[in-house]
Amino acid sequence: MAETTTEGTGTTEALSLVPKAEGRQSMKDFKSDQEVRWCPGCGDYAILAAVQGFMPELGLAKENIVFVSGIGCSSRFPYYMNTYGMHSIHGRAPAIATGLAASRRDLSVWVVTGDGDALSIGGNHLIHALRRNVNLKILLFNNRIYGLTKGQYSPTSEVGKITKSTPMGSLDAPFNPVSLAIGAEASFVARTVDSDRKHLTEVLRQASAHPGTALVEIYQNCNIFNDGAFEVLKDRQQAEEAVIRLEHGEPIRFGHDKSKGVVRDRATGDLKVVTVTPENEAEVLVHDARSASPTTAFALSRLADPDTLHHTPIGVFRSVDRPVYDTQMADQLDTAVEQHGKGDLAALLAGGDTWTVVG
Amino acid sequence: MTSQVSSPAEQADGAVVGEQREAAGAKDVRRLDRVIIRFAGDSGDGMQLTGDRFTSETASFGNDLSTLPNFPAEIRAPAGTLPGVSSFQLHFADHDILTPGDAPNVLVAMNPAALKANIADMPRGAEIIVNTDEFTKRALQKVGYDSSPLEDGSLDGYHLHPVPLTTLTVEALKEFDLTRKEAERSKNMFALGLLSWMYHRPTEGTEKFLTSKFAKKPDIAAANIAAFRAGWNFGETTEDFAVSYEVAPAVKAFPPGTYRNISGNLALAYGLIAASRQADLPLFLGSYPITPASDILHELSRHKNFGVRTFQAEDEIAGIGAALGAAFGGSLAVTTTSGPGVALKSETIGLAVSLELPLLIVDIQRGGPSTGLPTKTEQADLLQAMYGRNGEAPVPVVAPRTPADCFDAALEAARIALTYRTPVFLLSDGYLANGSEPWRIPDPEELPDLRVQFTQGPNHTLDDGTEVFWPYKRDPQTLARPWAIPGTPGLEHRIGGIEKQDGTGNISYDPANHDFMVRIRQAKVDGIDVPDVEVDDPHGAKTLVLGWGSTYGPITAAVRRLRAAGESVAQAHLRHLNPFPGNLGEVVRQYDKVVVPEMNLGQLATLVRAKYLVDATSYNQVNGMPFKAEQLATALKEAIDG
Repeated sequence: MAETTTEGTGTTEALSLVPKAEGRQSMKDFKSDQEVRWCPGCGDYAILAAVQGFMPELGLAKENIVFVSGIGCSSRFPYYMNTYGMHSIHGRAPAIATGLAASRRDLSVWVVTGDGDALSIGGNHLIHALRRNVNLKILLFNNRIYGLTKGQYSPTSEVGKITKSTPMGSLDAPFNPVSLAIGAEASFVARTVDSDRKHLTEVLRQASAHPGTALVEIYQNCNIFNDGAFEVLKDRQQAEEAVIRLEHGEPIRFGHDKSKGVVRDRATGDLKVVTVTPENEAEVLVHDARSASPTTAFALSRLADPDTLHHTPIGVFRSVDRPVYDTQMADQLDTAVEQHGKGDLAALLAGGDTWTVVG
Repeated sequence: MTSQVSSPAEQADGAVVGEQREAAGAKDVRRLDRVIIRFAGDSGDGMQLTGDRFTSETASFGNDLSTLPNFPAEIRAPAGTLPGVSSFQLHFADHDILTPGDAPNVLVAMNPAALKANIADMPRGAEIIVNTDEFTKRALQKVGYDSSPLEDGSLDGYHLHPVPLTTLTVEALKEFDLTRKEAERSKNMFALGLLSWMYHRPTEGTEKFLTSKFAKKPDIAAANIAAFRAGWNFGETTEDFAVSYEVAPAVKAFPPGTYRNISGNLALAYGLIAASRQADLPLFLGSYPITPASDILHELSRHKNFGVRTFQAEDEIAGIGAALGAAFGGSLAVTTTSGPGVALKSETIGLAVSLELPLLIVDIQRGGPSTGLPTKTEQADLLQAMYGRNGEAPVPVVAPRTPADCFDAALEAARIALTYRTPVFLLSDGYLANGSEPWRIPDPEELPDLRVQFTQGPNHTLDDGTEVFWPYKRDPQTLARPWAIPGTPGLEHRIGGIEKQDGTGNISYDPANHDFMVRIRQAKVDGIDVPDVEVDDPHGAKTLVLGWGSTYGPITAAVRRLRAAGESVAQAHLRHLNPFPGNLGEVVRQYDKVVVPEMNLGQLATLVRAKYLVDATSYNQVNGMPFKAEQLATALKEAIDG
C-alpha cells in the first residue's frame, strides 16, 4: 500500500520487501483471460510460457507483480499476465517503471520491450535506467526487425538488410544490446534464446534475484518478417559451434567435445577463440560474471560476428552488486526524517520571516 | 498584491505619490504612500539578491508589495553590455497594491548599460542613483554613449545622485584582508544599505541573512555586513541625500493573520506538499530542469521528510513517465516544466488521459515558440494545454492569478486530478514564478480534505453472479474510474493506451465503443465541478474585461484607475480554463463588449468566441513582460468609448 512507501531501510535483497504468496501457485495463476494475439509460430509464445512457468517459483503475491511495456509486438505481453500491468507508449516503459519501482518497493516490476522500443525510440530511457540501477527486470525481446509496423529494419538489424524501408540494404551499423548495456553501467546483463526454455528460465531466475536493474536480451524469432534470424544458434549442429554458454566460475569452452575455448590475446589484451590443446588449456578464460571491472564482460559481448552470429555467448555476462536507486531514495527519506523530524506543514508554511496583522 | 483582499476604498494604483514634509533632525523625512524602486546592474552584480533582500526587509516591515525580477537567460552575459543587464523592480505601499508598478520612482544603475537599458522607463523627476566608478569612457562607448549622460545634461529632468559606489565600498572594507576585486563584489550591499536608509527599512534581517549565507566564510559575511552598514551611514551623513522617506505599514490592506513574503514557485511547491498531506498520499515529482520551473524541483527536493520523492529524469518525457508510473502505484504524482517540456510530454499526457490516472502537469509558461525567451513571461501555452495532443484528449486546466495564489491553485488542481482521475494542467508563468507578494499563512486545518479511497474489492457482478473488478466501470456522479493500485489482492488488471472496452477495460477496436469512450472522456472533463466565475461590477457597466492567470494584477489595477476616473467597467477573472465555469456564457453575453487582455495573441479570446459565439476582442502583448496598468487602462478606456 502507498502508505508504507515512505518507509524503507536499505537492503540488498531484490525482493525482500515484496509480500510472499499464500499457498502454492501454478503457471495457470499467471495466465490472464485474454486471448493471445501474436502470429502463430511467434517466438513470443515461448517466452510467455517460460515467464508464466517461472513465476510460481518466485512465490510472490501476484498482486505485487507489475509488468510494464512500451509499444511493439512484445509489448502486448502484460495483457497476457494475470498480474498488474501497463501497456504504455513507445520507448517509455523504463521511465514509467522507474517511477513505479522507486515509489513502491513492495512491488516486483518487470519491463517488457523490443529492439525498436528499447534501443531506438526508447534508447535514452534504457541507458539511464541501467546506470541508475533501479530495481527493474528488463526483458528485451530482440528479433532484429520491426514486426508490428510490418517489416522495417531495426537498430539491431545487420548492415545491408533488405527490408521494405531499405530496398537497397540498410546503412546503419547495428547496436549490440549487451555491449550497450555494459557500457551504460548495467549491473546485470544476460542473453538467452526464446526456444531454449531451460536456459531462459535459469537466466530469469538469476535476473529476478539480482538487486537493481537486470537487462535480459532474449533472441526471439519473428517468423513473419525475419524468420530464422537466430537459426544458427538453434539448429543443434550449427549451435554447437556457434553458441558459447557462459557459466560463472567455469572455463569458457564450447564446440564439439568442448574443443574450443576463449583466451586472452597477449598482444592486444582482446579475447579470441582458439582450439584447445593441452598446451593452451590453462589459458582458457574462467568466466567471472562478478568481476568488478566490466572489461572482460564487454570483450565477451564483442566475440560474436554481428552478421553470422558465430561465437555468440549466452548466459549471464555480468552480475555485480551496486547501490540500488530505489533503496537509496528510501534511505534519503528516512535520513531526512532522522535529521529534521517528520515534516510539519504548519512550520513549513510559516517559514522564517513573518509578521502579524492584528484585527 | 493581496488578491484575497477586496478594497472598498478603490485605491487608485496610479495615483500621484503623496508627499508630506516632516522635520526630523538635520534631514527631512517625507511620508509616501507608495514607492517603486528598480535595481539594475550587470548579471554578475547581484541585483536579484539585492532586490530579494530589500523585499524581505519591506515584507517584514508590513508594507504590501509586488516584485518583478527581470534577468537575461545567460548566466553571465558579457560584462557591461545591454543584453547583460539584470534588474529587480519592487513596488511597496501603505495600502493594497496589485502590480510591481509601471514607472519606477527610483533607479539604482550600477553601470552605463543599466542606465541605458532602463532610463526610458523612468518618468521625469525620478531619482537616479548611479555608480560613477563604472562610467568610464570605455564602458560608455560599449553601450553607445558618445558622451557621459552624467555630464551632458541628458539627465537634467531627473534627481541624479552620482555616487562612487565601488570606491566607497573598497574604502569601507580596507580593514579586511580582501583583494580589491573581492571587496568590489560587496558594492551591491553598499547600495542596499543606502536604499535601506533612504526608505527606513529594518536591517536586522539582512545582517542575519548575510551571516547565515556566508556561514562558512565569516570574513566575507563580515565584509558584506560592513559594506551594508557603510551604505546606510553614507546616506545618513552625505549632503547629497537630504531626504529620507517613510512608507507606513499597510495595516488596513491585510485581514488579521500571520504573513510572510512568498514567490509563485515557492507557493506552488508548498501547495503540492500541502495537497499530498491533505490527500494522505506520498508526493512524487518527476522532472527535468527547465527555466523557469526548476525552483519547484529544487524546493521539493529539500522536503524529503514529508515523504516527498523527487526524481530528476534524463529528459522531459522520462520526468512525466516516472510520475505516471508513480500515479499507477498510488502516489500524488506531479511533473513540472515549461512550454518546450510540455511539447515533449504531450504523448504521455495523452496516455494519462487514456489511463485515467491522476497526474499534475505544472507548466511555468515562458516566451515561445521553441526556446523563445526562457527567463521572460508569456501566456501562450493555453491552447497547447487545451489541444496539444493527438486524438480527443481533454485535460482540465487551472491557472493561478498571483504568486501567493499558486498555493491554492495547486490544491485545486490536485482536487480535480484525484476526484476525476485525470491529468490536470496547472498553468503558471514566469512572472508569477519569480514575482513575490505577502501571503497570509493558512492554518493547515483550514485546507480542503483531498482524501481518496483506493478500490479494495470487486465492483461488478457478472450475469452468472461472479464478482469481478472492472477497471473502467465509472462512478456515476463523477464518471471517474476506480483507482486500484498494485498490491491489492484480486484486482489485478491491465491498462494501456490502446482503446479500451467500456467497463472491462479490455482492448477494443469496436467502432461504437470508441465513439462512446471518446465522448465519455470528454463528458467527464466537461462535468467537473468548478465554481461560478465572480463578476466585479459595482456600477452596471457595459464593458467586461475578462482575464486569466497572471494578468489579474495589472487588469485589476487598470480597472481601479478607470473607476477612480469615473468610468464603469466590469471585471471577471478565470481560475478554470477547462472546463469553463458554468455561468461564463451567461456572463459574457450580458455585456455589450468583452475585452480579453492576454500575454499571447488571443488564446482565451479564441476559446470564448468559439464556445459562446460572443464577439470578444483581444488586447495583446507578447514582449516577455507583464502588462502595465496605465497601458491597460488606456486600452480599456478606448474599448469603453469605442
